[in-house]
Amino acid sequence: MRLFLTLLFRNRLAALGAVLLLALVLLCLVVPLLPLADPNVTDTPNKFLRPFSEGHLLGTDHLGRDLLSRLLWGTRLSLAVGVAAAAAAAFFGTLIGICAGYFGGWIDNGLMRLIDMIMAFPYILLALAIVAALGPGMLNALIAVAAVNVPFFARNIRGISVGLTAREFIDAARLSGQGHARIIVTELLPNVLPVIIVAISTTIGWMVLETAGLSFLGLGSQPPQADLGSMLGEARAALIAAPHTLIVPGAMIFVIVMSINLLGDGLRDALDPRLRSGALARPSPVTRIARPAPPPAETPARGVLDLDGLTTRFEVGAQVYKAVSDVSLTLGKGECLGLIGESGSGKSVTALSVTGLVASPPGVIAGGAARLDGVDLLSLPYRDLRGLRGRRIAYIFQDPLSTLHPLYRIGDQMVEAIRVHRKMPLAEARARCLDLLRTVQIPNAESRLSAYPHELSGGMRQRVGIAMALVNDPEVIIADEPTTALDVTVQAQVLALLDRLRRERGLSILFITHDFGVVGQLCDRVAVMYAGQIVEEGPTASILAAPAHPYTRRLIACVPELGGGRRQLAAIPGLPPAVNRLPAGCAFAPRCDRARPDCQRDPIALRVSGPRAARCLYPEEALS
Amino acid sequence: MTTPALQVDGLSKSFPVGRGLLRGATTMVHALQPLSLEVRPGETLGIVGESGCGKTTLARMLVGLSQPSTGTILIDGKPLDTSDRRVSSQQIQYVFQDPISSLNPRKTIRQTMETPLRILFGMDAAARTARIHEVFEAVNLRPEFLDRYPHEFSGGQAQRIGIARALLARPKIIVLDEPVSALDVSVQAQVLNLLADLKTQYGLTYLFISHDLAVIEAVSDRIAVLYFGTLVEIGAADRIFARPSHPYTRLLARSAPVVGRPLAPQDTAGAELPDPLNPPPGCAFAQRCPKVSQLCRTKVPQLQETGETQRAACHHPDQT
Ligand SMILES: Nc1ncnc2c1ncn2[C@@H]1O[C@H](COP(=O)(O)OP(=O)(O)OP(=O)(O)O)[C@@H](O)[C@H]1O
Ligand code: SF4
Ligand code: SF4
Ligand SMILES: [Mg+2]
Repeated sequence: MRLFLTLLFRNRLAALGAVLLLALVLLCLVVPLLPLADPNVTDTPNKFLRPFSEGHLLGTDHLGRDLLSRLLWGTRLSLAVGVAAAAAAAFFGTLIGICAGYFGGWIDNGLMRLIDMIMAFPYILLALAIVAALGPGMLNALIAVAAVNVPFFARNIRGISVGLTAREFIDAARLSGQGHARIIVTELLPNVLPVIIVAISTTIGWMVLETAGLSFLGLGSQPPQADLGSMLGEARAALIAAPHTLIVPGAMIFVIVMSINLLGDGLRDALDPRLRSGALARPSPVTRIARPAPPPAETPARGVLDLDGLTTRFEVGAQVYKAVSDVSLTLGKGECLGLIGESGSGKSVTALSVTGLVASPPGVIAGGAARLDGVDLLSLPYRDLRGLRGRRIAYIFQDPLSTLHPLYRIGDQMVEAIRVHRKMPLAEARARCLDLLRTVQIPNAESRLSAYPHELSGGMRQRVGIAMALVNDPEVIIADEPTTALDVTVQAQVLALLDRLRRERGLSILFITHDFGVVGQLCDRVAVMYAGQIVEEGPTASILAAPAHPYTRRLIACVPELGGGRRQLAAIPGLPPAVNRLPAGCAFAPRCDRARPDCQRDPIALRVSGPRAARCLYPEEALS
Repeated sequence: MTTPALQVDGLSKSFPVGRGLLRGATTMVHALQPLSLEVRPGETLGIVGESGCGKTTLARMLVGLSQPSTGTILIDGKPLDTSDRRVSSQQIQYVFQDPISSLNPRKTIRQTMETPLRILFGMDAAARTARIHEVFEAVNLRPEFLDRYPHEFSGGQAQRIGIARALLARPKIIVLDEPVSALDVSVQAQVLNLLADLKTQYGLTYLFISHDLAVIEAVSDRIAVLYFGTLVEIGAADRIFARPSHPYTRLLARSAPVVGRPLAPQDTAGAELPDPLNPPPGCAFAQRCPKVSQLCRTKVPQLQETGETQRAACHHPDQT
């Protein structure tokens, strides 16, 4: 709640709207207590008195009635009717929307067709028709305005309800014995409430206007009763002679609608969850780089891709998340290096940092270098870096849909990916794409070129993702859990494909995964990440056979392996530390059974010995 | 012979597709072909298969979240009657795949946990609190978690809460639908061990659904393999992947990544499943099967004994 209010009032305009509206509402509430003239007493001799006349602060209207008094009483009535109409529209709209969304099937169909029918009429015509049928009067105007706004609520709420009903907690509620009515009220409603509030706050201004419109046409409030619309209507005849009779209610309508809409926009923004995490801020095309001491731009290359002390942080408010700390890796030509670790250990952030793809804000590269053939990518100007992405370093992601555009044919996307980087005749580019689809073993490659991504199965899509990564003959492929979402039989095919490609084409692959089985089959070397750091690194076979870091050993031990039979698993107690509150010393110490007091004192260095390295004071295996 | 804890006979599920006001005839998609199996008291039956093979469809029918198209479900020899949740909740419970999404984001854990106790068993506040503390202790959660909201929990903690909720009604059978696939490996082991402990402690019977062969082998007594809505093989957990009878089980077992085994694609023909709207007339696996014969393409194979404990639906099974 506090967070919500701060967010709301950080928006100056929304705060202004809130203050104005609050003042208006208070004013309306105390109207009966104010020493005002009777709004309905006519005094024709004193008609059209100018503002600031004796006894009539705002002057009088065509019947000599006090304008100030009529304005305040009218505002009171208009606001009340607007609020009542909004409440009625919200109530019925929500009822229809929630029922349609929750029950689905023919109930949904029926209700939504009904709503479509209402929406097929022009808005104001429908309102007019309703009032015409019911007869003029403020109550009927209210009904009309509420009725024409029901569809807006119903459609919004239905959309949200459909999504919520598919969530598992609704099933869980059914299993716990709740009936439909109870589920709707206690499970669904609290979750759609924010949407209802936003919908009300964005429409209530319009409803005030519409009510005024009906009164203006003489269909709403009946003389002598004053509301803002009827005041405007009565003043119309004296437009030239006594413009103040028009300006006074007009200005009031303007103030009401503006303040409500400003507040409504503020509410909507504050309730939008995406705004809280700052996601709506436009990300820059390359991660912000703030390295205290920029490393030399060029050094002799050790491998194709060298990460050297790469450090990436997320700065969210006052919190600093050390997602990647001082990561150094070398990927040789034709090598497959596995990067393994649990969720949140920083594998993806490491991969994205290489070409500055981490979203900024909140991401910041705070140190280190990522060198391709000895050239630091992070020191390159943006244009050069962009030219490299996808051409010399290509990515394959877990969800190929995140790289494939849903609305374009696969062939067109692949051709586009080639021609972004170099000029190539269309026919040649297409031939190349066809060739690649065959390479990744897509059956009927020819016809698949004109398929849309959603027409392919998950495994096919991932092959297309791999083909896309290959279009520009990259030297390095960074594959971030490319098989995690796939079934085992498909995974086996994709892994075999990657393995073949690297042997045939000399590709270097940085393979991110959390599966030791996959690492064991595919990778020459493996690096283990924990809480943003590399804790162990070395040849796969030797690490799997004799892990040196306690975390590696226990991680391997807690994964069941096929053929191992039924057994108790050696779980690691506790959870990885949050990377914004890393302990001093070894990050694994709270869960480590070999920990000694000095483990928690100073940062632990990565100790290298031959091809292997481990970040541990008391390793399992003495690395000679 | 003892009465099975759970007995399923000819259970199947079809969904209508392409339903519209104008299109008259509706086509049916068979999500689950008629399936029969038994689970003995205290046993863990693993159910394994790839995405879309009907695992969740089966689970949802077992707990009464959807109605079977055909077939019967007997629990302890009595038909499952999910219209009376008070009874059925004490017979069979469900643990969801996505631990966070199975908790209402706007309710505290206490509110979520109290609902079934209040509605189904009409317990008073003191009894509810006592029972909730009891199950929380059983799953190693601290009672102060009760007044927090779901987003404050890690996946592993949320799944413990989901398990605690399933225990509330003291059920005999728990259906676990991919209970650890959303969890990290180190947390996955914690939850698997917890499940094993609870099983001994309360004498539970599990139906454990997973797509992870190694996990399912580590927890199950027997394993059923589903492919494209059909039960293709069932047998003892320690044998079924080591000595599979059905070519699909063999393919699965060979595809699982195992350290030290060379990478070799088992079938390069593509792993497309048949079109559910237009299923093949014979064996659904025929397209990918190395042993396919003319018979396979025309006649649907039925489950038959292939070994002492194993049965497979294949015209040319490997004897174990
Ligand atoms: N946009 C962000 N804002 C704040 N923190 C973030 C953001 N993105 C990532 N992080 C944090 O950075 C850390 C590393 O995340 P990363 O995605 O690299 O993990 P991962 O090892 O790839 O995990 P997974 O196996 O789940 O993919 C995590 O603690 C995460 O919470
Ligand atoms: S440094 Fe100490 S606490 Fe850390 S892993 Fe090694 S032994 Fe354990
Ligand atoms: S029935 Fe025929 S096609 Fe089907 S799995 Fe057996 S051998 Fe293969
Ligand atoms: Mg990741």
